[in-house]
Amino acid sequence: MSTNGNPGQPLLEVRHIKKYFPIRKGVLQREVARVHAVDDVSFVVHEGETLGLVGESGCGKSTLGRTIVRLFAPTAGEIIFRGQSIEKLGPRRLRPLRREMQMVFQDPYASLNPRKRVGSIIGDPMKIHKLGNKQERKARVEELLETVGLSPEHYNRFPHEFSGGQRQRIGIARALALRPKLVVADEPVSALDVSIQSQMLNLLEDLQNEFKLTYIFIAHDLGVVRHVSDRIAVMYLGKLVELSPAEELYQRPIMPYTEALLSAVPVPDPDIAAARERIVLEGDVPSPIDPPTGCRFHPRCRYATGVCSEIEPPLVDYGGGHLAACHHPLNVDKATLEATRATVRS
Amino acid sequence: MAETLLEVKDLHVGFATEDGVVRAVDGVSFELERGKVLGIVGESGSGKSVTAMTLLGLTRDVNARFEGEVLYKGKDLLQVSEREMQQYRGAELGMIFQDPMTSLNPVYRIGEQIAEAIRTHESIDKRGAKKRAVELLRQVGIPNPETRVDDFPHQFSGGMRQRAMIAMALSCNPDILIADEPTTALDVTIQAQIIELISRLKDDFNSAVILITHDLGVVADIADEIVVMYAGRVVERAATRELFYNPQMPYTWGLLGSIPRLDRPRPDRLHSIKGAPPSLINAPPGCRFRPRCPHAFEKCTEEPALESHVQDRSHLDRCWLDEDYKVAHRALTISGQTEAA
Repeated sequence: MSTNGNPGQPLLEVRHIKKYFPIRKGVLQREVARVHAVDDVSFVVHEGETLGLVGESGCGKSTLGRTIVRLFAPTAGEIIFRGQSIEKLGPRRLRPLRREMQMVFQDPYASLNPRKRVGSIIGDPMKIHKLGNKQERKARVEELLETVGLSPEHYNRFPHEFSGGQRQRIGIARALALRPKLVVADEPVSALDVSIQSQMLNLLEDLQNEFKLTYIFIAHDLGVVRHVSDRIAVMYLGKLVELSPAEELYQRPIMPYTEALLSAVPVPDPDIAAARERIVLEGDVPSPIDPPTGCRFHPRCRYATGVCSEIEPPLVDYGGGHLAACHHPLNVDKATLEATRATVRS
Repeated sequence: MAETLLEVKDLHVGFATEDGVVRAVDGVSFELERGKVLGIVGESGSGKSVTAMTLLGLTRDVNARFEGEVLYKGKDLLQVSEREMQQYRGAELGMIFQDPMTSLNPVYRIGEQIAEAIRTHESIDKRGAKKRAVELLRQVGIPNPETRVDDFPHQFSGGMRQRAMIAMALSCNPDILIADEPTTALDVTIQAQIIELISRLKDDFNSAVILITHDLGVVADIADEIVVMYAGRVVERAATRELFYNPQMPYTWGLLGSIPRLDRPRPDRLHSIKGAPPSLINAPPGCRFRPRCPHAFEKCTEEPALESHVQDRSHLDRCWLDEDYKVAHRALTISGQTEAA
């Protein structure tokens, strides 16, 4: 958040990354189809910034997050982390990188081992990476517990003794134990109450400033990511459909899908809620096994015309780092539109 | 005056545990009229789900203790036998649970599960029940209901499963639909669809709805009246507009202030309510929100009563602060500008 307008060095670059999951059937386990979970996505994350990654369930945002930290191997494309290509590295060569890339998971009930004490949940990553001796590790865990707003006395407790919000704090402490550069947070607040959500968002912000962290923050709710993100990427069915500086996206969404996502965020004010136009998207996200032709959003888009079902719109720059893939861009004046069209053609 | 369907009078629910009695619900009262939507709002552990489940007799247990009355059309549901309760549950009071992933049985087809609910309450043959199930799925907006009725739950997406749950809850045309966090597990886009669906079906079926949520944003659109619960108690209760535009209780301000808002400029820091709700075994004496309330003063160690302090006599709250102080201090919290509640 501290880097507004002054992007640091690229920490991570993702180039044309694809992740397909094969569907196998029969005795021979022949591949009969593929789930196109992430389909040709490219972007850069700068040091110290937060990139929000937004979309509905099934849009591939979690798969992308997990592919970036190499929990999955990509089907194609490049992942460049601090100048090094990591998409093909084997487990042994990945290990030192794991220290620098950590994840916070969505479900604080499922992501902590119920049989382990908090001390070993947070301390084991250090043990695996052979950092410090026993006393040093214990001291570090206690320090981490305090950093995330728990008490050092919680060292010997089990996860079931904590509430959802407290468990998520343990998950964050575990991610921070190895002093990573990049933290991929996959829906870290979706399972929490609104009052606890805001505590957690503030905590993540404080930690970023304190430890100079870079975040990829995955969420389905544009209200939540606005607060933490410097830039926001919107995904739909495996594709990146819009990428923009955070405030710009809220003032001037270009892609109709983004517009619909924005209008779905509830407003806690009855008059405003009644007055504003709500774009209710019909139906669910189509199957990524056999995605629609052309623009993948066209079956649910209220602006769609013939061209949308035939030609896939390219991701074009509308100025100021605001990219979108759409044949009928919103909130773009005529001059900008002509200019971008001309550059795309040439 | 519309027909009053449900009257909850001073309901107490306690569960005996090894550590003591957990007073999950501690003196809750409200009424519900036909055609209305009542929102019950509060954090996890405030007793809102226990209240809802008690209405359906789902909290009955050897360790559970009940006091007060739950009058459904004049009949006290706390007193009826388990057997009699079966006839109310589903037929008169329908329930939608939070998690559509776990509330459907994975080994039975969607249609079978809906038909089973119908056949439990009505004498209708299998074919007739299935036809009704198809019709219900159509009403809740499932595409191709004739074929989807034979699907298993895993073939449905989260939003579709919640729609199927709603179809099941509505299958016997209940007078009251109780929805416990029906949208919490869903995407915002699907949340908007489900809320709109519940609101439309309420009119189609001429029923009343109790909508339980932790997010005031969800009920702003559709609730007629809102009850705010904290630590087993009702701390504020008012008509929706009154609650949003003249909130009396600092806890309500905090809930309003914690929601990240898109219709306002982004604040430097999000407002949050410090700490967590208290244990319900040894609730703090006096106002239960006192330990987390930045406006607390000496008087707060005494228990405030739930009464009206404003012009609108139906607007009740539990707070000792005087009216002028509240008006002067709440705006900052609600707009999310102060860090403390």
